[in-house]
Amino acid sequence: MSDNLLELDHVTMQFGGVTALDDVTFAIRRGEILGLIGPNGAGKTTCFNVMTGVYAATSGAVLFDGASLAGLKRFQITKRGIARTFQNIRLFPDMTAIENVMVGADANHHTSVGGALLGLPRHHREEAEGRNTAMELLTFMGIADRAGDAARNLPYGYQRRLEIARALATKPQLLCLDEPAAGFTPAEKVELMDLIRKIRDQGYTVLLIEHDMSLVMGVTDRIVVLDFGKVIATGSPSEVQDNPAVVAAYLGVPDDDA
Amino acid sequence: MSLSESLKSVTSGARSVSRLGEALGNQSRSVRWSFGAICVLALYLLPWWPNVPVLGWIVETPGTSFPSVLTDQVVIFVLVALGLNVVVGLAGLLDLGYVGFYAVGAYTVAILSSQHANLPWLVCMPIAVLVSMLAGVILGTPTLRLRGDYLAIVTLGFGEIIRITANNMHWLGDSRGISNIATPPSIGPLKFGVLDAKPYFFLGLTIILIVIFLLRRLENSRVGRSWNAIREDEDAAELMGVDTFKFKLWAFAIGAAIGGLAGSLYAGKVQFINPSNFPLQLSILFLAAVVLGGAGNMWGAIVGGALVAWMPERFRGFADKRVFVFGVALVLVMVFRPQGLIPRKIRKERWLESWKPSTGTALRDKE
Repeated sequence: MSDNLLELDHVTMQFGGVTALDDVTFAIRRGEILGLIGPNGAGKTTCFNVMTGVYAATSGAVLFDGASLAGLKRFQITKRGIARTFQNIRLFPDMTAIENVMVGADANHHTSVGGALLGLPRHHREEAEGRNTAMELLTFMGIADRAGDAARNLPYGYQRRLEIARALATKPQLLCLDEPAAGFTPAEKVELMDLIRKIRDQGYTVLLIEHDMSLVMGVTDRIVVLDFGKVIATGSPSEVQDNPAVVAAYLGVPDDDA
Repeated sequence: MSLSESLKSVTSGARSVSRLGEALGNQSRSVRWSFGAICVLALYLLPWWPNVPVLGWIVETPGTSFPSVLTDQVVIFVLVALGLNVVVGLAGLLDLGYVGFYAVGAYTVAILSSQHANLPWLVCMPIAVLVSMLAGVILGTPTLRLRGDYLAIVTLGFGEIIRITANNMHWLGDSRGISNIATPPSIGPLKFGVLDAKPYFFLGLTIILIVIFLLRRLENSRVGRSWNAIREDEDAAELMGVDTFKFKLWAFAIGAAIGGLAGSLYAGKVQFINPSNFPLQLSILFLAAVVLGGAGNMWGAIVGGALVAWMPERFRGFADKRVFVFGVALVLVMVFRPQGLIPRKIRKERWLESWKPSTGTALRDKE
């Protein structure tokens, strides 16, 4: 078993004439929190979308657990063990928090029309298991008090956490969080980062997209920096912080250097 | 009382019905069961409702036999609305050609019991359900990759294809249609003939109750949850591991099977069908029934189906203006209650109160 859970191998993604990802190569190691950062439009979310099968890469390969993800449907990739949240919250608004998480838990279930119509034991077992999973995850995320409410009626912070709970319910090996702290107050951000660390300590590998540099520095083990679709730096937070290319990408290059 | 006022009273009536449902939900199991039993009994007595004072004046259908309205219209529409609700209300797939499946069911019975064979209705009916289901799968497999408007247009075409094919194929009786279709077998005093419509009503109501029972099981399972998730956000559902294509196809197949079931019941009742029984307008009315009642709520679909079937007959006194009155009534209900008479509800998680944390297994399962 290789140390790398997920590898992007020379991945290029083009939309018409626009190259969103340009020969991107990096790996996510088992059990780490990897930060994926970069200025707006650097290709972070595109990177996510290629990994989770939303887009098929123009060239290059994505290897998960040593096997290529090419040709798999999105739901199959989820069942392989990659779960994600969305930059713009995409819950099932008219379903309860519990139901939202149970949809995630259903990724590991097998009851279909026949089993449900006949009320087979497996159906009852899976329903009970789904409820338990959902309640435990809501408790873990600290939002169990609103478990029976419709997702759209939850406060913003609850909705963000519910997305993480739903993703965890699929029992992923790799959890991809797309700006989970967007719109949070600094105090809420710190709280969320503690939670992400706790998730990692439970044995999950986490890929984190985040804008807020100080936050990323605090929680990640390693960082990959993207700019204009290219990887411009990889390394520990302190290495990346001192990298002149990263500073230039974020702050711009002084005129006399240009 | 102005029309809009009376419409408001209808919608507030619907609101109090749903509140009654909520109040009942909080009662003990035995109270709920006995209330349900009384309701079912009252439904089986429906053909005699016009004889009850006041209630009779409300439900009566001047100029048409009330039991005939129940069997030819109400039962069929309720069944069809239940099936279409799975497709439109639960899975969120806009189907404008639902009459096609209804026609497939009716024609299967007609072909097998009269045109090309002499099988009894009881044998034809399950075959009709299977054939309609197959039609749903055949239509769904290529088209369910489409979404929204595109799917609506393709299904619209399907409904027309079925009707036009029947109209032009000699094998299907072309425009003259097929007569002498078998009726359901008579059981004791229940004689299925042309004289008495009531036996058909009892049969239809029984079938409806069975369909309700089965659909409830689906709604309260992984299947129903997947349908809801697909309706709410198809991309997110797929990224959470829902095999969206498979469950959309199931919704289509189940909806088609129920539509075919309604068609086989219809054919067994009228004993004569021709292509003009299955116009596009019927698809629109079926959809209107679901939307009027409340898409996504089974009880809403039932109420919508019953109203859309019964209202034109109730307004027969208005003579040639009755369709206009019916149309105005539909528009007003939609204006005052766009979510339908009995809208979809946020699910009540009753078990939550009694839930106790068990040993933590949700996390750390995949090591």
